[in-house]
Amino acid sequence: MSSLLASLRTPRGLITAVLLLLLAVLPLLTQAFDQRYLLSVGTRVVIWAIAAVSLNIILGYGGLVSFGHAAFFGIGGYAVGILSASGIDSGWLQWPVAILAATLWAVLIGVLSLRTRGVYFLMITLAFGQLVYYLGSGLEAYGGDDGLNIGRSRFPGLIDLRDKASFYWLCLALLCAALWFCGRLAYSRFGFVLRGARSNELRMTALGFPVFGYRLAALALSGAFGGLAGILLANEGAYVSPAMMSWVKSGDLIVIVVLGGTGALFGPLYGALAFFAVEEFLKPLLDLAHKGWGEYWQIVFGPLLVIVALYARGGIDSLLGKTDGRRHG
Amino acid sequence: MDYLLIQMLNGVQLGLLMFLLAAGLTLTFGIMDLVNLAHGSLYMMGAYFAWTFISWTDSFVLGALLALPAAFLLGVIVERVVARRLYARDHLDQVLATFGLILFFNELVRAVWGPDGKSIAVPGFLDRTVEVLPGLPYPAYRFAIIVVGGLVAILLAWLVARTRLGMLIRAGASNRRMIAALGVNIELLFSLVFGLGAVFAGLAGLMAAPIGSVKIGMGDDILIVAFVIIVIGGIGSIKGAFVAAMLVGQIDIVGRAFLPDFLKTFMSPTAASGAAPAISQVLVYVLMAGVLVWRPTGLFGQRS
Repeated sequence: MSSLLASLRTPRGLITAVLLLLLAVLPLLTQAFDQRYLLSVGTRVVIWAIAAVSLNIILGYGGLVSFGHAAFFGIGGYAVGILSASGIDSGWLQWPVAILAATLWAVLIGVLSLRTRGVYFLMITLAFGQLVYYLGSGLEAYGGDDGLNIGRSRFPGLIDLRDKASFYWLCLALLCAALWFCGRLAYSRFGFVLRGARSNELRMTALGFPVFGYRLAALALSGAFGGLAGILLANEGAYVSPAMMSWVKSGDLIVIVVLGGTGALFGPLYGALAFFAVEEFLKPLLDLAHKGWGEYWQIVFGPLLVIVALYARGGIDSLLGKTDGRRHG
Repeated sequence: MDYLLIQMLNGVQLGLLMFLLAAGLTLTFGIMDLVNLAHGSLYMMGAYFAWTFISWTDSFVLGALLALPAAFLLGVIVERVVARRLYARDHLDQVLATFGLILFFNELVRAVWGPDGKSIAVPGFLDRTVEVLPGLPYPAYRFAIIVVGGLVAILLAWLVARTRLGMLIRAGASNRRMIAALGVNIELLFSLVFGLGAVFAGLAGLMAAPIGSVKIGMGDDILIVAFVIIVIGGIGSIKGAFVAAMLVGQIDIVGRAFLPDFLKTFMSPTAASGAAPAISQVLVYVLMAGVLVWRPTGLFGQRS
């Protein structure tokens, strides 16, 4: 607790605390100002932040560029969707099954893809992501390309996910739990081995660490959180479709993680906020410059990403002052 | 039997198109060590350039001939402005920057050419069938793709294996710092290779246009298949890209043609025809996974 208070004195800690506070009261704010639309944007930001936390485990700490992360989204979402379509709408059953399915998929692709290195790993995870995407679009019984409308998961007597504010708070609580977990993970023996293998795999192997096993475990964890994000995404729109696991979504996730700061604990949160904020601000800004330009905001956003990739190493996290040990990069 | 032959020819045609796309990708990958996600955008731009020039000149051949230098120019510009700053960066930065380029090009096309797809008609003199074997008619346009694609493949093989430029390309692929130290103008070489890749991608895009359509994001999904091809073939290997493209072409087309009948033996006809394209796509990825498990650097890749 004392270290938590100490971290509040740094700009990074203070800003993060203010951000989290704002996020915590967002439903009250949107209600007060009658901006319901903002609440749904906020919900998506939080869900994408959870997905980015999941990618950050393997990409940030593990140094492995997984380009098929949207598959975990898809598997989590489709597990909920298929169970709900079969009449099983209890979240107590749906959610564990969905997370287990995403974790199993992570282990399966991990066993195959962790044999490869660098860009081959990137490509093979991309290919496995596409594989799931095409499987999803081939599921004619569950809507094929058009996707599937589903009922929201039920937790009788506990929480009603149809209520926007309760659902938002649930997502935010899960995000905080995921961040807390990752904070612990990064400073555990497990996290040190993972980061050690990122800097020098040969040395870690020579020291006797089973690097493959550690990476597989990290990928499995990553898959579990990704599946969770998929569950939430499915519940947010009461809808699943192959589009949620297209490779462009995997690309968006990488953008969020890098934008926020690869390997930084709160990077995924900053990244998700920035990613959605840019969209929401660029549109009206461009419309202001010339009516109708807002529609083409990605003409500006694309080069912006190029600039971030070229010149902004460390992402938003590095803007918040020097790394003070909270950063795990 | 005839049906099988026709489908295999279609597979060759798709394979050659994929090879054109993959050749540029594997060169930039092998020589400049660049993961260029925006290669699919060059494919798309080639098709849009062709559409514009064809509507100006009213001639497919003339339009196509104008579109190729335009694609080359665009490739050189992309290389000079963005790509060359990325060669020394890690793959993550490259993915991020070229992903940004995709967003830019897709939106640019939407702003300039509008959101609706365009169509390029099959040129009149190819709008008929040819007899590839006695009693076996085949659409002349598809046959022309096979001829052009085959010629370009041979040209590329000759260029890489027999010319001075090819020698530099091969030298660059094995050790680019060494050839820079030997006094080769490596910046010019990189621009040329990138431009060449853009021409091949543009050619593939404009040749594919009359069969499919010219639309936003048309290069995005096909790019992933091109990546799969160069990974199967081994990054940097033109020969590998060719072999893998042919394999993938056959799997995709033959899968699409024959899976429905096979699936109908145990599925309902509608489910079978819905699942077949998806499964033939999946087979391509299964092939890649299998190759990588067996040989982690691809069929013709260099052992590290």
